[in-house]
Amino acid sequence: MALAIAGVLVVAAIVGLPPYPLHIMIVILIWAFTYTGWSLMGRFGLVSLGHGAFMGIGAYVTALLWNYGGLTPWLGIPVALACAVLLAVVVGYPCFRFRITGHYFALVTLALSEVVRQTIIATRDHTGGSLGFTPTPKGNDDTPSIIALQFDEKETWFVIAIVVWLAGLAIWRLVDRSMIRYALDAISEDEDSAAAAGINVTREKLKITMISAVMTALGGALYMQYQLFISPDTVSGIAISLQIVFAVVTGGIFVQLGPTFGAVITLLLAEILRVQIGTDAVGLDNAIYGIALVLFIIFLPKGILGSLIDRFATRRG
Amino acid sequence: MLKVANLVKRFGGFTAVNDVSFEVDQGEIVGLIGPNGSGKSTIFNMLAGTFPPTSGSIRFEGRELAGMMPHRIIHLGIGRTFQIPRPFRRLSILENTAVAGFYGQSHADRAGAWSAARDALDLVGLPTDPDSRVDTLGAAGLKKLELAKALATRPRLLLADESLGGLDDAEMDQAAVMLRRIREEMGITIIWVEHIMGVLMRVVDRVMVLDHGELIAEGAPSGVARDPKVIEVYLGRGADDASEAARRGAGQPA
Repeated sequence: MALAIAGVLVVAAIVGLPPYPLHIMIVILIWAFTYTGWSLMGRFGLVSLGHGAFMGIGAYVTALLWNYGGLTPWLGIPVALACAVLLAVVVGYPCFRFRITGHYFALVTLALSEVVRQTIIATRDHTGGSLGFTPTPKGNDDTPSIIALQFDEKETWFVIAIVVWLAGLAIWRLVDRSMIRYALDAISEDEDSAAAAGINVTREKLKITMISAVMTALGGALYMQYQLFISPDTVSGIAISLQIVFAVVTGGIFVQLGPTFGAVITLLLAEILRVQIGTDAVGLDNAIYGIALVLFIIFLPKGILGSLIDRFATRRG
Repeated sequence: MLKVANLVKRFGGFTAVNDVSFEVDQGEIVGLIGPNGSGKSTIFNMLAGTFPPTSGSIRFEGRELAGMMPHRIIHLGIGRTFQIPRPFRRLSILENTAVAGFYGQSHADRAGAWSAARDALDLVGLPTDPDSRVDTLGAAGLKKLELAKALATRPRLLLADESLGGLDDAEMDQAAVMLRRIREEMGITIIWVEHIMGVLMRVVDRVMVLDHGELIAEGAPSGVARDPKVIEVYLGRGADDASEAARRGAGQPA
């Protein structure tokens, strides 16, 4: 299924798409990868409202290392991912060890995403604060594209986005088919009973949190490399964290392509509203998401794709 | 095998377990009984690592367990069941048991986990197919699943929080026979915690009676059932339990 979609996309790119649809698809694929990373935790009841923090770290650490240290993103991104893992452990370990779960976990992570956003704003001398940050263009000192990880052709980005997105789906599948899925399902239902089955609850939760944080940070770094401009509001903070949750809940939290589906729907909606209504209705997409989220949680908790798959399966069975 | 010395547990000003010491030998089935609130569950939870003792020591095969995390205790070879079954309803019966088989030891392999799960389900008499749901099980079935999960972790000592209260006579007998089989066929040592004497007295080798957090009697079931202190505890606070003990207990050899 996923490979078929990827195949169609690649053919479309080869045939040649105009830059605008290509741009939309690249953005959707990068976000879909990030959303998939979030859903790895979310599907096990680990509802993080702090993934904007990991995304911000992925984007800003990579960009800062490039601008101030001249470090190629090929090394900067791994450093950024390591920072995201470190943050995931620093926040996750106490939460998991002392059993901060459910709503309380969501609250802790909510604070986390805001801490990172405020940190970016507070260190404005280096990060540009709310005004945003632009990585030094490769053209300034003739660094090769590949070193700077900056490409002029959208097609190159399109291929990168597809590869990364497919890798995200592969990770999802790997988790889904491993014993850790059973362990995390067990933990999400009853931590005492899971421990009595010999599961190291803290360790298994940390594992999935680290994987999720790495994916989200990578999504942030790629977004930055592609857009070549970031601001605290586009890659961190509560708004981004909630955007991630909206999209995944809409698409379907328990199915492989659910987050991707959510990315397509929410990003297209935002884009259509932006083009059609323009600046008269700034924030309208967020209002619609808010209403949609409430409706989805009440009437369609498995999301659009999840519910469609269910309906299809029961009709067959 | 298990050596408990001077175990004390206080919750605030309340002493739930007061200076309890006992030993359990390899291959025994030991009953731990007492009326509600006598401290059985507290002792059980300390053995399983749910919470640490206030003071005292618990040594299993020479290793100190006091304060150890529950999953580590499982890895050392102690399995446990819950008084009220706590299955994972999002998983199938087989998956419930397999996850215990996989994580029940520190270095398990996947294939081994699934076969351990099937063996355990076979032994307790539950379906081993991959699709049977937990929701199809009744009270007795859920207790069997609890037992299968504990067995899948391949314990050498089983802590069975059985409390057969919710079962009918036939189901109680079945459960008792099951525990005996587990001891005989798998060589697993068992500590059976229960608040009614009933069927337990016919199965265990030795029984320990708790009251107000203290061990008031210990020995062979026949002797303990005639112990005046035990009779007082059970007659004083639950004539039903005591008369049942007399009816079904030590009088009828197993």
